[in-house]
Amino acid sequence: MQRATLDLWVGFFVAVGLAAMLFLALKVGNMGAFDSAKAYEVKASFENIGGLKARAPVKSAGVVVGRVADISFDTGTYEASVTLKLDSRYPFPKDSSASIMTSGLLGEQYVALEAGGDDKMLANGDRLKLTQGAVVLENLIGQFLYNKAEGEGKAENSAQ
Amino acid sequence: MINGLLNGVRRLGHRVVDMLWRMGVSTRFFLLLLLHSGQCFRRFHLIIREVFSTGVLSLIIILVSGLFVGMVLGLQGYETLQTYGSEEALGVLVSLSLVRELGPVVAALLFASRAGSAITAEIGLMKATEQLAAMEMMAVNPIARVVAPRFWGGVISMPLLAALFSAMGILGGWLVGVVLIGVDEGSFWSQMQAAVDFREDILNGMIKSFVFGVAVTTIALFEGYDAPPTAEGVSRATTRTVVTSSLAILGLDFILTAFMFRGV
Repeated sequence: MQRATLDLWVGFFVAVGLAAMLFLALKVGNMGAFDSAKAYEVKASFENIGGLKARAPVKSAGVVVGRVADISFDTGTYEASVTLKLDSRYPFPKDSSASIMTSGLLGEQYVALEAGGDDKMLANGDRLKLTQGAVVLENLIGQFLYNKAEGEGKAENSAQ
Repeated sequence: MINGLLNGVRRLGHRVVDMLWRMGVSTRFFLLLLLHSGQCFRRFHLIIREVFSTGVLSLIIILVSGLFVGMVLGLQGYETLQTYGSEEALGVLVSLSLVRELGPVVAALLFASRAGSAITAEIGLMKATEQLAAMEMMAVNPIARVVAPRFWGGVISMPLLAALFSAMGILGGWLVGVVLIGVDEGSFWSQMQAAVDFREDILNGMIKSFVFGVAVTTIALFEGYDAPPTAEGVSRATTRTVVTSSLAILGLDFILTAFMFRGV
């Protein structure tokens, strides 16, 4: 089979194209960063998840230890049921607590895991007992205004 | 007055019927092309030659424009993001807009004007100089010998070109954002990796570019094959290739985006 410079160019083109795809997959995307095969799932119920989305990170001490796999609504308790997929490299005690936090003032929401003191570790399919839902900004502002009005009312009363 | 109105209606009707007729013929042409593709895979060097003329020769324009689009995204994104104090999200902005939309779409638009028009002109001229008729006389099927290899060459090149465009664009964004402006390099890459999903974003972008490749090459081939065998006919067919395939790319992009990125 004869070889032409044309074949060399096409080979170069295909190699560079595949390299670009590999770059996108490994350096830009999160492929390989978190292997979903070596993970265990834990469920947690939240009163309010705020703006939490599927695929949001699960962090403990600021380190990403897993991702939110699924969010659904539980009609039995009327709470949000969140499935967390945790990396099996990081086992957590059974009485760990989960809370929904926001990174920065306008940043994305994530689940923060706080390790407990239990000797037993969480296993696949376990449920987290201690949870803290998202802080709703409107409630916070409402509470602040209420407290302020109460404080002013007291001040007026004492002035009279 | 009535005559003029009647003429107008007649012309409109003629155009609609003509369009339907062309749609039917192009569908038949596409199916015929797929039917005759088997032969050209046995003579792979024909496809290699077309990958060269559509893919390799488009490399420079794709790489350079990808770099500049990424650099502009880096500059504009930084301007907007810094007013919210979240310059670190620059990597996310640049990579997601490139991988999901700009990469496949702009690469396909460039591909349509760089390679699509060349395909139309080549085939139209082959028809005008009766080379296709001569092939038929020699019992060589022009669809199997001329059209199918060009189709597969274009379909193979398009996703590779789109991936190169996205990669170059992200490098351009990195160059402006990190090297020139001084956004933190670590958070640039790590936030990007946290936000870009392989299946959800990158694979969907590649599916898009594949669909665009099929659409652009089919339109270019059909316009060339269907062109009136005159100098004017070929030139009009070339123009029509660029216009129609650009519209097809943008329309298909909307449909595909609506399917791929709903919610979540």
